[in-house]
Amino acid sequence: METIIREGSPKTPYVRLDGGNGVIEIKGRSIPENSVEFYKPLIEWLDKYGNSPLELTSVNVQLEYFNTSSSKCILDIFKKLELTHKKGNKVEINWYYEEDDEDMFEAGEDYQSIINIPFKMIEMVE
Amino acid sequence: MRFDLDKWYLKKSEGDVLYKYRGSISQVVVIKALDTIEKNLNLADADNKIRRKVFSVFVESIQNLFHHADNIPVNSNMELSDTFGAIVLVCEQNSPYRISTGNFVHLDKIGNIKDRIDQVNSLSEEEIKMLYREILGKGGFSPKGGGGLGILDIARKTGNKMEYNIYPVTDEFVFFALDVYIS
Repeated sequence: METIIREGSPKTPYVRLDGGNGVIEIKGRSIPENSVEFYKPLIEWLDKYGNSPLELTSVNVQLEYFNTSSSKCILDIFKKLELTHKKGNKVEINWYYEEDDEDMFEAGEDYQSIINIPFKMIEMVE
Repeated sequence: MRFDLDKWYLKKSEGDVLYKYRGSISQVVVIKALDTIEKNLNLADADNKIRRKVFSVFVESIQNLFHHADNIPVNSNMELSDTFGAIVLVCEQNSPYRISTGNFVHLDKIGNIKDRIDQVNSLSEEEIKMLYREILGKGGFSPKGGGGLGILDIARKTGNKMEYNIYPVTDEFVFFALDVYIS
């Protein structure tokens, strides 16, 4: 599997999709007007990865901000991972949030309530 | 009485203005706006929590305008532009941050917007959270937003009731003005 790396921009997050190590990272802010355009290739990558995933896939999500346009795309990512998980592959999701950021903590809980993979909520202390 | 856009804008700009803009809402305008308010919020020495909320709600508000604002109606005696939206971020003395937005809306759509906001205003925090999860989970909204997820997100993050006014402009269009408060 090829590795996809997207550097962060004022409106889009840093993304690393590393098939060789089974690591998926999304960091920074995701506030584009058209989030589908940004996330489509990433979701396609996950589709392919799901066909032959590693024994363990580690997912690290560390978002500072995301808009509602991104929220559905992020859900789509988790849904792809849920499929991989359902097939019996191990998937761990680490959801990072800053210590006083209740909104980001709750956003993690939102996804956890929809997606059938255990989330590890990780508080980052400054 | 005819709706006076200048007067409305002036009134909304009372207080310590961190950002204001009116005109066509393009992606470039959005980028510049976010850059400006991020700097101004740092200068304003707001605490982290409030700063994050203000930024987040501002993003949602200006992108609402970007996606949904209609053109300035013909026959309104106003200068025409592609799309028109107005947004003001103000910190009032001894009071919370206010984000005011205004845009023209076709009469066909205003009923839905009004009903949606009335509905969200009538819900408790817990009910808003549940509705948000339900809509997100169903995926029953377009990438453009829709389904009211943006409005729910604003209500959830601010924790305050939204205030709105609808001003008649022409036979077909009204001006929709929304105030949200972050405390």
